[in-house]
Amino acid sequence: MAEMAANGEEPEVLFWVGCAGSFDDRYKRVTRAFVQILEHVGVKYAVLGTEESCTGDPAKRAGNEFLFQMQALTNIEVLNGYNIKTIVTACPHCFNTIKNEYPDLGGNYEVIHHSTFLQQLINEGKVHVKGGEAFKGQRITYHDSCYLGRANDIYEAPRDVLAALDADLVEMKRVRANGLCCGAGGAQMFKEPEPGNKDINIERTEEALATLGAGNGVIATACPFCMVMMNDGVKNKEQEESVKVFDIAELIAQAEGLSK
Amino acid sequence: MIGLENIIFLIVAAIGIGLFVWQIRKIRKNVLMGRDLELADNTSERINKTLLVAFGQQKMFKRMLPAVLHLFVYVGFLVINIEVLEILIDGIFGTHRILGFAGILYSGLMAINEILAALVIVACAIFLWRRNVTHVPRLWNGVEMRAWPKLDANLILITEIVLMLALFAFNISDLKLAQLRGAHIAGAFPISSLFVNALGSDPETLHVIGRVGWWFHILGILAFMNYLPSSKHFHIIMAFPNVYYSKLLPKGKFTTNPAITHEIKAMLDPSYQPPAPEVDAEGNPVIQRFGAKDVEDLTWKQLMDSYTCTECGRCTSVCPANMTGKLLSPRKIVMDTRDRMEEKGEHPAIFAPNHYKEMGVERVEVTEEKTLLRGYITPEELWACTSCNACVEACPVNIDQLSTIMDLRRFLVLEESAAPASLNAMFTNIENNGAPWAFSPADRFNWADELYVPSKN
Repeated sequence: MAEMAANGEEPEVLFWVGCAGSFDDRYKRVTRAFVQILEHVGVKYAVLGTEESCTGDPAKRAGNEFLFQMQALTNIEVLNGYNIKTIVTACPHCFNTIKNEYPDLGGNYEVIHHSTFLQQLINEGKVHVKGGEAFKGQRITYHDSCYLGRANDIYEAPRDVLAALDADLVEMKRVRANGLCCGAGGAQMFKEPEPGNKDINIERTEEALATLGAGNGVIATACPFCMVMMNDGVKNKEQEESVKVFDIAELIAQAEGLSK
Repeated sequence: MIGLENIIFLIVAAIGIGLFVWQIRKIRKNVLMGRDLELADNTSERINKTLLVAFGQQKMFKRMLPAVLHLFVYVGFLVINIEVLEILIDGIFGTHRILGFAGILYSGLMAINEILAALVIVACAIFLWRRNVTHVPRLWNGVEMRAWPKLDANLILITEIVLMLALFAFNISDLKLAQLRGAHIAGAFPISSLFVNALGSDPETLHVIGRVGWWFHILGILAFMNYLPSSKHFHIIMAFPNVYYSKLLPKGKFTTNPAITHEIKAMLDPSYQPPAPEVDAEGNPVIQRFGAKDVEDLTWKQLMDSYTCTECGRCTSVCPANMTGKLLSPRKIVMDTRDRMEEKGEHPAIFAPNHYKEMGVERVEVTEEKTLLRGYITPEELWACTSCNACVEACPVNIDQLSTIMDLRRFLVLEESAAPASLNAMFTNIENNGAPWAFSPADRFNWADELYVPSKN
């Protein structure tokens, strides 16, 4: 971004990578897949790189309003400094925080989650999903992210994106507004769960595996936390050979022949 | 013709209504213990929401069987109230079926009334069955489902059945008397007419049964009205204002504390002038807690939520923490808030059934500290929440359980620094590295290295 600004240019969209997209080895693959799509369709985009910092979401959900606002006000200063208008992000937690909580602190942007962004690209014919038939017969089930779904009413965009794949989409018992949390929201990602009978991600993974049935299948997610939790659940159930967890951006990039 | 009966009726009705107003004032006082919150915006959106969710029962229909049964009782309640109006007029002025002049309209009303009354009896009987025989888990399980909540629910259902039976006794005897006299009677009675032969033919007895039915029905209604403020059944009144004042923002948007914003802005920019601190009537600065420790730190809407709760447990049954055996139960958070509020303020009635804590039954382990936090709700419950909003989504009367959980969490973190150690580590990482994990901010762009390897060569 700094480079672009030095050249006096402004991006069409700022891609907010997020901490998971920057540091989590698994989720870095999603970041790269999404960037490949952005390059493929020729969108003029930028990233903040090392100038990006945590949105403050985990601090806020954990109750640390002070630290959250500290992060938010600093980030807003950077974003406003570059005159950013449109932000796209693959993380529902970043999406929710920047879209809903930054305006109170002086950060007003059009914020788009990558599922909605991809849906638009497909609708506009910019992404053709040429290799969509590669998914023919594959069973895919989509796991709703709470911060995309209930928190912001985005249920259809990720499903529409998956529908472009020509795969066999199956729905779990608890979906959309009744979806079951992966267990990582509200800063749970960063602590051990409270004592109970079972971990939440195991409960959810069992439901996903029951839906996919025997044989190969894909659990599609649209959130870095959901991805970690579902992956852990699949490993716990020793199904990692047959059931894969992918972000919707990775599936599109694969179908478009952008990545293997 | 106004006689002694009418004068007695007038006195009884005045006492009943007066007592109800007295109780409502106490509830209002309790709710106003909460912090101020401006919710007078977006009137049309609020009215729409009230029509859909409160009048239209929209969110009830997430579960079909109870929704349909509840609809019978709810519509029954609304329509039978028109007859209660007639009963009041008849009672005061000694008239008999005063609305009878409306002819066919009255017949229709009476017929609908009777059918609804019968459906109310059927629905309440099934509800009793679900609670006491099949033990629907959400109505039965949970530390918060103590003796009183269970008794309360049964009392309501039995009372409703008895009230409907009294209505039928009145109608059947009226109908039979008219038949014996060969007289015309205003109204149509599809259910009562099936039972006219069940009462015998002595006009004296019939008259007495009719009067007993009539008096029982209206006394029952007056008594029931005064029972409401101490009961979960208070939702039949509170559901409407509570839905009207519900959150219109996206569920993911949590409140922002402006006091903290001023503090940080002053830290970041020494020339920043924060507004003068709020002062109370005596000119002393108002010291506000960060987050909520007790009921007066919550907003009046959060307190109103707890008077609206009907303890149906839909929130708890969809809570991911609760279903995996953790201590958190969103319903308990709401019920605890109500109980603590009544402990601190006033109980609406002369007796205090909601203080089930004082009924000698142990609840979850709490310390002696007499505040909502720790005295009722433990940190362990609060830390189990994933903030997924499933409870908020499930609540048929738009209670925001999550906002209360978050405010209590904020107190733990901001005032007591009592977060679990791993969360404190996460806070430190964000402060030092700008990420919740211990990675160097300089490595933030490393994901791109691999991507651009070909072009770098």
